[in-house]
Amino acid sequence: MSRIGTTFARLQAEGQKAFVAYIMAGDPDMETSLAVMRGLPGAGVDVIELGMPFTDPMADGPTIQYAGQRALAGGQTLERTLEMVRRFREGDTDTPIVLMGYYNPIYSRGVDRFLADAGAAGIDGLIVVDLPPEEDVELCLPARAVGIDFIRLATPTTDDRRLPAVVRNTSGFVYYVSITGITGAAAASAADVAPDVARIKAASGLPVVVGFGISTPQGATEIASVADGCVVGSAIVKLIAEGRPVPQVLEAVAALADGVHAAGARAPAG
Amino acid sequence: MPEDIPNSHRTGPDDQGRFGIFGGRFVSETLMPLILELEAEYERAKTDDSFWAEMADLWTHYVGRPSPLYHAERLTQHLGGAKVYMKRDELNHTGAHKINNVLGQIILARRMGKTRIIAETGAGQHGVATATVCAKFGLKCVVYMGAHDVERQAPNVFRMKLLGAEVVPVTSGRGTLKDAMNDALRDWVTNVRDTFYCIGTVAGPHPYPAMVRDFQSIIGKETREQMMAAEGRLPDTLVAAIGGGSNAMGLFHPFLDEPTVNIVGVEAGGKGVDDRMEHCASLTGGRPGVLHGNRTYLLQDDDGQILEGFSISAGLDYPGIGPEHAWLHETGRARYVAITDAEALEAFQLCCALEGIIPALEPSHALAQVMKMAPDLPADHLIVMNMCGRGDKDIFTVARALGVDIAG
Repeated sequence: MSRIGTTFARLQAEGQKAFVAYIMAGDPDMETSLAVMRGLPGAGVDVIELGMPFTDPMADGPTIQYAGQRALAGGQTLERTLEMVRRFREGDTDTPIVLMGYYNPIYSRGVDRFLADAGAAGIDGLIVVDLPPEEDVELCLPARAVGIDFIRLATPTTDDRRLPAVVRNTSGFVYYVSITGITGAAAASAADVAPDVARIKAASGLPVVVGFGISTPQGATEIASVADGCVVGSAIVKLIAEGRPVPQVLEAVAALADGVHAAGARAPAG
Repeated sequence: MPEDIPNSHRTGPDDQGRFGIFGGRFVSETLMPLILELEAEYERAKTDDSFWAEMADLWTHYVGRPSPLYHAERLTQHLGGAKVYMKRDELNHTGAHKINNVLGQIILARRMGKTRIIAETGAGQHGVATATVCAKFGLKCVVYMGAHDVERQAPNVFRMKLLGAEVVPVTSGRGTLKDAMNDALRDWVTNVRDTFYCIGTVAGPHPYPAMVRDFQSIIGKETREQMMAAEGRLPDTLVAAIGGGSNAMGLFHPFLDEPTVNIVGVEAGGKGVDDRMEHCASLTGGRPGVLHGNRTYLLQDDDGQILEGFSISAGLDYPGIGPEHAWLHETGRARYVAITDAEALEAFQLCCALEGIIPALEPSHALAQVMKMAPDLPADHLIVMNMCGRGDKDIFTVARALGVDIAG
């Protein structure tokens, strides 16, 4: 079983919810973001989502946009992001790592070469925002063929007619984008999200984590209690943007992790 | 002819929205259902006579079509070779070809029950055209424009505001046309229910490249009829400027299957197509990549990061190009060349002096290519260049480039 599968199986056995934390690789520089990344599992993060900077992040709000710009200004490239993962894996062979970003840097490197390098570096899954199921032959199917999970985004506009196509080739988990909008926007309520999560779980047979707009431990508890976990990105990236020292960033991450894990204690997974 | 040999350049895109490997639908899941809905609605409209009847009526009475095909006699004499015609799309209402496409998309948006229109604009021509048609139909209009362009295109910003549009200066990225398109996509992803995204060129996810091409093809259809009437035969060479490539595709498409018609697209060469990358020549100086919903030729670095283009013409200042052009380039059906700022400026001045037409800087690039080609061609060689916009918007830029102070 992949690291992602193992992690979700363990969490489910423990009645726990998954905390997925996003940081941008190379923000504001590679050493700082690697230090944050290395501290995430200890702070309670179950799955690391590592952003690949791109000049034109069309689905991201200002917080993630600026993070990408800082990383690029600091000299981050896809090659250096892979190097970060290799260095992280020297000290952690268990925590799943999902790369998240846009297709062009991968396409530019060459899909086959990228997948070989990503697998060798210890990457477990990919979230590529601008590759809907209609473009599965591009990267999704080749990634699955080499054992890398392709994690799909489902959204409020993904209706029942479309859902089977969206989940067909997805693996690992499904990322439910709780709002129509960009990262860092206002959150949806747990009550709004719950029916969609149930619908996607039934259609995919996979764990469903919810993201976009979750910024506080309380919000994380609420959302995680109606899903298999939740993703926090912009709220963590903001602390890095403010230039907080790494221990302070990790302290805030730990509080968010406690929020997510409180949901597990409150509502064991059935 | 055997059916498995492709014998037409006019059948694309395929059902995946591809022209060869170019095009496609590289958008986030949130937008995917909207794009499929748009595709279905456009497919219905395309075969609906009432849709085209409404277009034709507005083209005639609101836009002023057909635009003339004009024999540029003094320019022809001056160049001393081929006979040069201009397709006068700068005489359209709002001063450019942009409105051909906007009308089609707004009529479609109305059929879909959308009440809010968003658009991106570079120089402001597409923004002005969209604001114009929205005013005519009483639709809310929001135009995204790079903060840098808002500053250098103040008259067009004021025009859009007069027409009732909200102009949003885009500061994300570097505040240029591509960033304006990013922010328009972010708006669309947020306001999916009531909003229609009116894209200004033959780029973006399927069905936009095909749809915008179809709306702009009125240029080529008219040219064909007008040339038959004037000369009794087809033109020998077509020349048009390319940013995203909508005016060029509009002129070229009806002629793609005419093997005798030589087709030349002119990209913005800026300060020269070389390693400094101070140009916008995606085909001449870029390589295939994925941006804004489609695979096409892009200006990008080794890491696949998108580069900013550079051109004296804000309307050509885009790091990509429509996917169908990328395909025509690779199949060799059309030839793509680059013209520098300096060459375009020279053509701009020559056109003013010889023809009494102040061209926009975009078609000045096409004209500069005509100036290069025409002298070596025989007198019975018929060239049509697309005069896709008028130059009023550019006089400040040109004055500055020529070292003339007209601001005071």
